[in-house]
Amino acid sequence: MSMKALTLALAATTALAGAAVAQDQIRIGVSIPAATHGWAGGLNWHAQEAEKRLEAAHDNIEITLVTADSPGDQASDIEDLISVQQIHALVVLPFESDPLVEPVRQAKESGAFITVVDRGLPDASIQDVYVAGNNTELGSVSAEYFKTRLGDGDNIVILRGIPTVIDTERFDAFMAGIEGSGINVLDDEFANWNRDDGFEVMQDFLSRFPDIDGVWAQDDDIAMGVVEAVRQAGREDEMFIVGGAGMKDVIKGIMDGDTLIPVDVLYPPAMIATAMDVTVANFTSNGPVQGEYILGAPLVTQENAAQFYFPDSPF
Amino acid sequence: MSVSVPDTASKPHKGFRLDLKTAGPLLALILLIILGYSLNPLFLGEGNVTNLLTRSAFIGIIAVGATFVITAGGIDLSVGSMAAFIAGMMIIIMNAAVDSMGASIWTVLLGIGCSLILGIGAGFINGFLTTKGKIEAFIVTLGTMGIYRSLITYFADGGTLSLNRGAREIYRPVYYDSFIGLPYPVWVFIIVALLGWVLMNRTAFGRYCMAIGSNEQVARYSAIKVDRVRTLTYILQGLCVSLATIIYVPRLGSASSATGVLWELEAIAAVIIGGTMLKGGYGRIGGTVIGALILTAIGNILNLTDIISNYLNGAVQGVIIVAAVYLQRGSFRTGRRAKKAE
Repeated sequence: MSMKALTLALAATTALAGAAVAQDQIRIGVSIPAATHGWAGGLNWHAQEAEKRLEAAHDNIEITLVTADSPGDQASDIEDLISVQQIHALVVLPFESDPLVEPVRQAKESGAFITVVDRGLPDASIQDVYVAGNNTELGSVSAEYFKTRLGDGDNIVILRGIPTVIDTERFDAFMAGIEGSGINVLDDEFANWNRDDGFEVMQDFLSRFPDIDGVWAQDDDIAMGVVEAVRQAGREDEMFIVGGAGMKDVIKGIMDGDTLIPVDVLYPPAMIATAMDVTVANFTSNGPVQGEYILGAPLVTQENAAQFYFPDSPF
Repeated sequence: MSVSVPDTASKPHKGFRLDLKTAGPLLALILLIILGYSLNPLFLGEGNVTNLLTRSAFIGIIAVGATFVITAGGIDLSVGSMAAFIAGMMIIIMNAAVDSMGASIWTVLLGIGCSLILGIGAGFINGFLTTKGKIEAFIVTLGTMGIYRSLITYFADGGTLSLNRGAREIYRPVYYDSFIGLPYPVWVFIIVALLGWVLMNRTAFGRYCMAIGSNEQVARYSAIKVDRVRTLTYILQGLCVSLATIIYVPRLGSASSATGVLWELEAIAAVIIGGTMLKGGYGRIGGTVIGALILTAIGNILNLTDIISNYLNGAVQGVIIVAAVYLQRGSFRTGRRAKKAE
């Protein structure tokens, strides 16, 4: 805690000094969750890359990136960005939607331009720009692919994420997508967007069901665990696995023609960079930027995989 | 001080009632197996039993170490983060070794050696800060828990560290291959448990742990080197974490900030379900092994059935854990012990 106070104090002095030197600097605060799992790791990496790129491209743009470990932590971060950094714009990927409404509203009332990323706030009037991936589309695009590979009487299992709105949207859209196709869902279990859980849940599915034709893991971390379980059982030739997100190892495998994970559905952590670009454009471009930007969830296949491959990203 | 004397005096009597304490966790495990089998006969299929035993090895090995720490009146919250950190370091070191001299059996042995050194070192730090630094074990290990967790996140750049493919192929059999029908991790678990049992029940060290846990002052006056024994329990814990990591890494060949999350609580739960006292003074290695099996079996049974809503998995786990401990400390037993303590 005292460390935090110290950094705050330091940040305060630098901010005051900065403000005194250049009045026309545009200060943008970016508040995102800390890198606690693979996808968030990618998010942090892309945010840092975008920060470097935007600050190099524009002399008058100053970006402050803060990461939070919990919704409460993030609320304090945002308060600090408003009072200490006196930001002109806030780019926020809320840890959870509801607890962060008031902190973001305060930022809005202080006159800042608000960009909300990925997890929408229940009160949409607060935001100027909304950038998000499309969980519903992720589910339906996956379902479309399953329908091209499987038909009446084929069996699949589903590994879900953590019980949240994101997971429910994906799951419901997938189930609606395969409805009427005759594809039979043997069971679904939560694997918590985690490789170890993916491995164990899949091991149990494999001992329980002798006939599985496809696995929808809806996340690449889970899919990596599933792959190991399927290899252990020696049943690679019986089924295929579809994850989601766009992890570099998976994309690389698809480029190389892997048959076990033949495709991926994109839910890119790089969306934070899109959000930062749009926010900067609000101050530098003459075009209007307000509105909602819903990124597609395209199917990544061997043909188009190269354009989604970031070998330097940690995710 | 004088109040505690009758407590130690009553210790020998407890020895005669061991069978009751042993029966509790075992009974819970048997009930759980019957439940699992009735929900889905595949539960006792050969493949599933092997999976279950292999899976329980990680938590089980760590819990054997935790039994010593807890028996001596300490606690170690850092084991999950420590496992993630050691796994990450092993992968970094092995990848560097592959870059400089190619993948061979020596790469893997180097990784294993580093893991043992790191485990022992990390355990020593916990023990040293607790005994010489005179900081409560809860605070020390809460601190190191955060430190190791951040370090793995930092070294993995927030993402995942993956073992080089060549080294992976050499290392993979350590998790996936078997010896006389049992996978290697299960053998490691069995050996660790046997050694742990001997150490706890047949050596002076084990008796010192129990003595320190039940009354530190009396132990000190009895010329037991309290600080040294305590530190040794943390080193033992570190060693167990390192052994668990050695068999964990070949499973997925990767480590990330999500590795080993909440393992500390699972290990502590396995120890307590097994009949060891959280306040120290009494430790049971056999019970710990059963505790680890119970915890793993619950998750496995829930995956093998779909009659319970997925959203309630945590609740089922909670009920079974509490019920398992109740079986071993049923009201008739606590009643009698409370009277004796008065």
